[in-house]
Amino acid sequence: MADSLSVGTRPIAVRRSRFRNPTPWLLCSPALLLFLGLLLVPLLLTIVLSFSVYDSATGTGQGYTFSHYIEVLTDSYYHEIFLRTGGMSLAVTLLCIVLGVPEALILSRMRSPWRAIFLIIILGPLLISVIVRTLGWAILMGNEGLINAALQSWGLIDSPVKMLYTMTGVTIALTHVLIPFMIISVWASIQKLDSSVENAGLSLGASPMTVLRRVILPQIMPGVLSGSIIVFALAASAFATPAILGGRRLKVVATAAYDEFTATLNWPLGAAIAILLLIAMVAIILGSNYLVERRYRAVFER
Amino acid sequence: MTYLILDGLAKRYGDLTVVEDISLNIERGEFVSLLGPSGCGKTTTLQMVAGFAEPTRGRIVLAGRDITGTRPEKRGMGIVFQSYALFPHMSVAGNVGFGLEMQGMGRDQRAKRIAETLELVRLEGLADRYPRELSGGQRQRVAVARALAIRPNVLLLDEPMSNLDAKLREEMHVELRAIQKKLGITTILVTHDQIEAMTMSDRIAVMHGGRIVQVSTPFEAYERPESAFASSFLGKTNCIAARIVDRQPNCCHVRMGELDVRIPHESREYPDDVQVYIRPEKIRMVASSDSRISSVVRARMFLGNHWAMEVDGPLGRLRVNIPNVGEPPALEGDTVHLAWRDEDMRMLESGAAHG
Repeated sequence: MADSLSVGTRPIAVRRSRFRNPTPWLLCSPALLLFLGLLLVPLLLTIVLSFSVYDSATGTGQGYTFSHYIEVLTDSYYHEIFLRTGGMSLAVTLLCIVLGVPEALILSRMRSPWRAIFLIIILGPLLISVIVRTLGWAILMGNEGLINAALQSWGLIDSPVKMLYTMTGVTIALTHVLIPFMIISVWASIQKLDSSVENAGLSLGASPMTVLRRVILPQIMPGVLSGSIIVFALAASAFATPAILGGRRLKVVATAAYDEFTATLNWPLGAAIAILLLIAMVAIILGSNYLVERRYRAVFER
Repeated sequence: MTYLILDGLAKRYGDLTVVEDISLNIERGEFVSLLGPSGCGKTTTLQMVAGFAEPTRGRIVLAGRDITGTRPEKRGMGIVFQSYALFPHMSVAGNVGFGLEMQGMGRDQRAKRIAETLELVRLEGLADRYPRELSGGQRQRVAVARALAIRPNVLLLDEPMSNLDAKLREEMHVELRAIQKKLGITTILVTHDQIEAMTMSDRIAVMHGGRIVQVSTPFEAYERPESAFASSFLGKTNCIAARIVDRQPNCCHVRMGELDVRIPHESREYPDDVQVYIRPEKIRMVASSDSRISSVVRARMFLGNHWAMEVDGPLGRLRVNIPNVGEPPALEGDTVHLAWRDEDMRMLESGAAHG
């Protein structure tokens, strides 16, 4: 993903011949048509919708207005939702880095049969629906759930810790749902490492921890970055997990937009919220991508 | 005093024995090559010296101190890896200075040492480049500089030249040897390239099947191989089955095919059946009256400084190298008369042949 974001410059001759030669275009056309029909057109329609006039009595009407955007951008109710979503996505991304990077490193050191087994265990949850996994967490986290029951029976706590319908619960569950993406992405960049680089670091007198920090981690930064982008984007747009574990009152942007569409039936406002989320995410992802790539330029330009 | 001692080193991975038994004494400032085909255990031996692989048996003693269990980062050895293993996210100066930084050397002193070392490997002015911006030869120099910058007690070279083209490799042989002599640094080179081992080393340890089969100077190793393996691995040779008919001190009368020859030797015990080895370049073309055998040229190749010929005669097929003195020596199908000196023949037990 990081690779596709940083487009390299190619000789002009190659670029020109690509436009003249129809084969690549023909080969791409099924995917292009799919994206055009299923992504770009609905997106454009949503943008148009977000500028439409809305009246609570008559619904979506004729004419265009900026009022929905102004409402979202000035109302502190929406500010809170956006900030909550941003904070939650950031926390999930950081947790995925903190847990996923060591996990991928340990995985890469495992021996032949175990490595495949643990990789399957890590990736296995991706085969199960997000709803099912989230409901599983709801069972674990409830006031009479497994976690509270266990903690109480061991006498560690007197009254149940509230996890369900809190951001903590949502963050824990989302981290669990999204961490495979981080691991896969870091794993891919570990595979590209020259295995003797680590020995080189040791032979120069660096301790194993220093080798990890100074030699290994900088080289797997592209994987951490692309993993973070995937995790952040999926967390910020997550719907099922915040809806189930966050409940009706702890809204994030995705659930707020959903409520506008289904409960208040204010489609243009819902569309405006969705478009603003899209813009915010693109800005944050491009910005952090730029900063990280500049910091670790030597690794990315390889 | 012997500086580095490898004492009965062995390495097993499960049932697989990679290194059987390696014992080798290396003097301070000496350049020793571990030479052998792939799978002979030479790289594993180097890994044990570096501390990356733990010996199953045996000891490593450096300057009187047993370092068998010492961690690699505490050994102070400089290593040049086959893949160079440069840090791609660090500049040339960053790579060369990494080990110095780990030693806790101050910034100014470090900059001075980096500049010195880069000058030594003739990379002045490339300090700010990144490895990906360098050619293969330059990368190798950076790897050498990085290993030398920490003033290592031993320099270990793990097939460092195998990724370079032939011309560059020859240049690096000369240059690396010159640097090694200048710094007087004890060096172990692992290689499968006999030319590399011969041009650079003070001594060559020929390895085969996890053991050292011969340790000697390059000249000795080539001229007086002690086994059939060493004989055929170092350079090309002709191998002729023969039988000893009469024994004298320091000399045997040997019958090879139709030919009776006298072969001098260093009072070794030989069985009756032996193999006689003659290097192709020791065989000369002479007038028929002076010749030992006459043979027919089957094939000839021009290699610039010499002609490589294959001839068929009473001793079977022989390789003969004739120096290029400005005239083509003989055509295919021509009969040539060949001779060699008694001392150019070397006898070895036939049982151990190609073992």
